[in-house]
Amino acid sequence: MLSSGRTVSSRLLRPASWLPLWQGSEGRTASTVQKELIKKWELEKDELRPLYMDFQATTPMDPRVLDAMLPYQVNYYGNPHSRTHAYGWESETAMETARKQVADLIGADPREIIFTSGATESNNIAIKGLARFYQTKKRHIITTQTEHKCVLDSCRVLEAEGFSITYLPVQKNGLLDLELLEASIRPDTSLVSVMTVNNEIGVKQPIKDIGKICRSKGVFFHTDAAQAVGKIPINVTDWKIDLMSISGHKIYGPKGVGALYVRRRPRVRLEPLQNGGGQERGLRSGTVPTPLTVGLGAACSIAQQEMEYDHQRVSMLANRLIEKILSEIPDVTMNGDPEQRYAGCINLSFAYVEGESLLMALKDVALSSGSACTSASLEPSYVLRAIGADEDLAHSSIRFGIGRFTTEEEVDYTAEKCITQVRRLREMSPLWEMVQEGIDLKSIKWTQH
Amino acid sequence: MAASTRSQVISLYRMMLKESNKFPSYNYRTYALRRVRDAFRANGKIEDPKAVERLMEEGQRTLALIQRQVSIGQMYKSQRTVVE
Repeated sequence: MLSSGRTVSSRLLRPASWLPLWQGSEGRTASTVQKELIKKWELEKDELRPLYMDFQATTPMDPRVLDAMLPYQVNYYGNPHSRTHAYGWESETAMETARKQVADLIGADPREIIFTSGATESNNIAIKGLARFYQTKKRHIITTQTEHKCVLDSCRVLEAEGFSITYLPVQKNGLLDLELLEASIRPDTSLVSVMTVNNEIGVKQPIKDIGKICRSKGVFFHTDAAQAVGKIPINVTDWKIDLMSISGHKIYGPKGVGALYVRRRPRVRLEPLQNGGGQERGLRSGTVPTPLTVGLGAACSIAQQEMEYDHQRVSMLANRLIEKILSEIPDVTMNGDPEQRYAGCINLSFAYVEGESLLMALKDVALSSGSACTSASLEPSYVLRAIGADEDLAHSSIRFGIGRFTTEEEVDYTAEKCITQVRRLREMSPLWEMVQEGIDLKSIKWTQH
Repeated sequence: MAASTRSQVISLYRMMLKESNKFPSYNYRTYALRRVRDAFRANGKIEDPKAVERLMEEGQRTLALIQRQVSIGQMYKSQRTVVE
């Protein structure tokens, strides 16, 4: 079907119908077309990419993690549950090594680690699974208002099934009031679920104290540690944690894998959400994805080895960013407790500036106004509203995520851009003008009725 | 440390920096250079020959890892970031 104008050489090339340039290329030789394509690709390469400052949404994979995974994506493809041949055995060994690496990072026994598809699944299994298993006797669950959407949504589902849920408010600094927690525990409370490090404001809950309260009251304690594992030291025994969710892609591992820690002594029992071949102690049926678990294991072992080094570096960069921004622009508030926090998550509110417009102005930097899951909506973050931030401050917040691969240049660039853009947007803002004239914005009646 | 070992350590260090510098990704490249430098600095005072030998072996393994990951990175290059 070659058109007469084409030369023989085009026959050497397979017709590539998926390349739009190929269409309507009658009369041109394949090599010209190819040259044009290469030119187009080269031009695309000249465009610059924004730099990445959203490490709470996801992290790039560490090259050491990819290096550990690749053999299992290429040669060792056996099903880790096959017991009859070497292909299965080698995959099983790799999976068990990974299980041990995850367990070592959190001070657990490898038998207490269940591989899942991510922290969302882990949270679902933990909350729904535990509530349903103990439902004949206990029908009350306690959580906080600042949890991740998947915890809150799992609780909503249980509410529809007839469970009663207490959504505890948090204090102004984002931390849970322990006395309030203790007072909220009822005789029929089966579970308390509080996240370790908040994904939006970075505050670190007093997990050790919460664990102590729960153990003394005979209530199971679950924590969503997706943002905390590998970044702060965690020990499930010291902290008396019964269930803990872990995510792979938040710790420089692959996406699509996570883990759930399920305590064996005293035993925590769960009703599985997914039934089938009975893998993972029957709690999560389905073939375990060996390459992904190998990646998660490698990420955990690297995190353990690099925790101190990463911590120093992330804290240094975070301070650099905060100091630069706070010293240059007034009326910037930092959300969340200033002490009890993970340094790599900085949430700042720029008063009199609309967060979304600032994000648009900072298109050279990949940033977010809150969690990635809710970043499509223009609603202010429920986490910021829960800590009592005024509606206007909640609307003007931006989350800066710093991680293992962030450089000084990136921090400086972000700070500089941020400073110029906030100044520019404030100059255009009538609110800012009014504040400069000494008008108290709270005294203004915006609506007639 | 014996003079021969010292020169081996220095040559491994140079090699690792040279290979790290080939990462096409800005963030991986800067991280690898920084991590290699800091690791050699942190272990600079170690005199125990056994420990030095163990670290040298680890370094060799890491060097091979860097070389593999650099090749992969070069196969899937992307645009430069705004700070480069």
